[in-house]
Amino acid sequence: MLTDVLTIAWKDLREVLLQSGTLRRSLRGLLFSFLVFGVFLPLQIGPDLVREPAAILPFAWVPLLLASGMVADGIAGERERHTLETLLASRLSDRAILIGKVLAAIAYGWGFMVVSAALGLVVVNLANSGEGLLLYSPTALVLLGVFGLLGAGLVATGGSLVALRSPTVRQAAQNMNLAIFAVVLVPVLVLQVLPVDVRREIGRTLVNLDWPMIASGLAIALLLADLLLLAAALARFQRTKLILE
Amino acid sequence: MTDCAIRTAGLTREFGTLRAVDGVSLEVPAGAIFGFLGPNGSGKTTTIRLLLGLLEPTRGSASVLGHDTRTDAGAIRERCGALLEHSGLYERMTAEDNLEFYARVWHLPQAARRERVRDLLTGLGLWDRRHELVGQWSRGMKQKLAVARALLHHPDLLFLDEPTAGLDPIAAAALRDDLTGLARREGVTVFLTTHNLAEAEKLCDQVAVIRSGRLVAIGRPDELRARARRDRMEVTGRGLDERIAALVAADPAVEATEVADGRLTLRLRDGHDTSPIVSLLVREGVAIDEVRKGGADLEEAFLALVGSEGPDQ
Repeated sequence: MLTDVLTIAWKDLREVLLQSGTLRRSLRGLLFSFLVFGVFLPLQIGPDLVREPAAILPFAWVPLLLASGMVADGIAGERERHTLETLLASRLSDRAILIGKVLAAIAYGWGFMVVSAALGLVVVNLANSGEGLLLYSPTALVLLGVFGLLGAGLVATGGSLVALRSPTVRQAAQNMNLAIFAVVLVPVLVLQVLPVDVRREIGRTLVNLDWPMIASGLAIALLLADLLLLAAALARFQRTKLILE
Repeated sequence: MTDCAIRTAGLTREFGTLRAVDGVSLEVPAGAIFGFLGPNGSGKTTTIRLLLGLLEPTRGSASVLGHDTRTDAGAIRERCGALLEHSGLYERMTAEDNLEFYARVWHLPQAARRERVRDLLTGLGLWDRRHELVGQWSRGMKQKLAVARALLHHPDLLFLDEPTAGLDPIAAAALRDDLTGLARREGVTVFLTTHNLAEAEKLCDQVAVIRSGRLVAIGRPDELRARARRDRMEVTGRGLDERIAALVAADPAVEATEVADGRLTLRLRDGHDTSPIVSLLVREGVAIDEVRKGGADLEEAFLALVGSEGPDQ
């Protein structure tokens, strides 16, 4: 089972990374994203990137967006390009195929985020060489490691459910992006329309919260959500249903 | 392996009110190239999906390589290769990566994997183009690669769903040659669906004809052809008209007549002497150019079996 999961993940990653024919050509395509997240953004933020844990948050967008695109392509795309039926006619189990695709999406999104963050650290150190060695704080590393991973997992598992119900990659990607923007932007927009006093009160409350406790609770909630969505996707991803669709 | 690679009994699949496969009972001997002939929409693809356990039958049963399709579909897929309606190739990957992926799927050891990929690609004349993206290839090359993929793990049974559909005649002929060579060399049983009669005749040891989900004939291609030879007679000449057709239709050997473009086509009953028909035509003043009884090909047998009213729904 594990070998089969890794085989599917290997294929999905290879298909996306080498779609231009060679790794070098594909990396050239990724270069722009690396420049934005790994160079431009860290230069803008400066040393605060490592001093303020919240400064790492822009990187959190990366796994969400990349994982959603990857899972849409891996499931709705296989169906759209008529490769899914051949895969289903092979010896692989339904479970191995779906988990492999979710794993590939997480690896792609989270891997890109880690590389961007590492690149950002190098850039910040080079740009501020007089300030000694700058390193991410443990809080920032937890944000990157745990929440980045669980966030990518949430998008990959939830995205697989959306992709299973979408006839095309484009529709799957649109639905997922809409959901991500709604989850992230709605709270921000709501905050904007609240009276200033209320916002200040919320700010004071947030500052006084027990953040390690909240973070732990949030991580557990995210993990549970990941597992629940994965279970729902596995129940939906069945050969006979997929063939009939 | 059992003597019978595939055995079905009353295999039926319904989609709502549509009966796509209707009580199909057949046996495919191990080692044979078996043709499953039928017009578009006759139930060929659904039958393959049922045999691979991708769909469950509504009624009836099927056993493939000794495994029941309802209860042991995983074991069936483990031992079968398939080229389905679409080639199923990853067009953003190279030919070599496509095969590498499926070799991993079938758990071929690394060394064997490389050797097998090289053997198949070399055998099909694709080795030099292994690093090219499959999306840049012609349909003929893609179909060849898909055949290689289906044979990668030395399956006992190979399902091919219209493998030459959409290919130009030269590419189709090349693929047919490759298929025959590979199937014989690998000793694999082949279940091939097609609506190309010439293809079935060239490739298959046995054929079954399906129409509207029902099996209407099964046998060797020459048996079906012989059936057509017995059943049809064609007369060309001057003076063939509806009056002559009506006179000929009264002969006990004649089941049906048709006149078109100076040609009289007769469908005959079994075991009757047809020489009185020729005498009758001469007596009635028909200037006969040619009388052809026999020489029919599988296409005539096929059309006689499935009718000619066009594709099924």
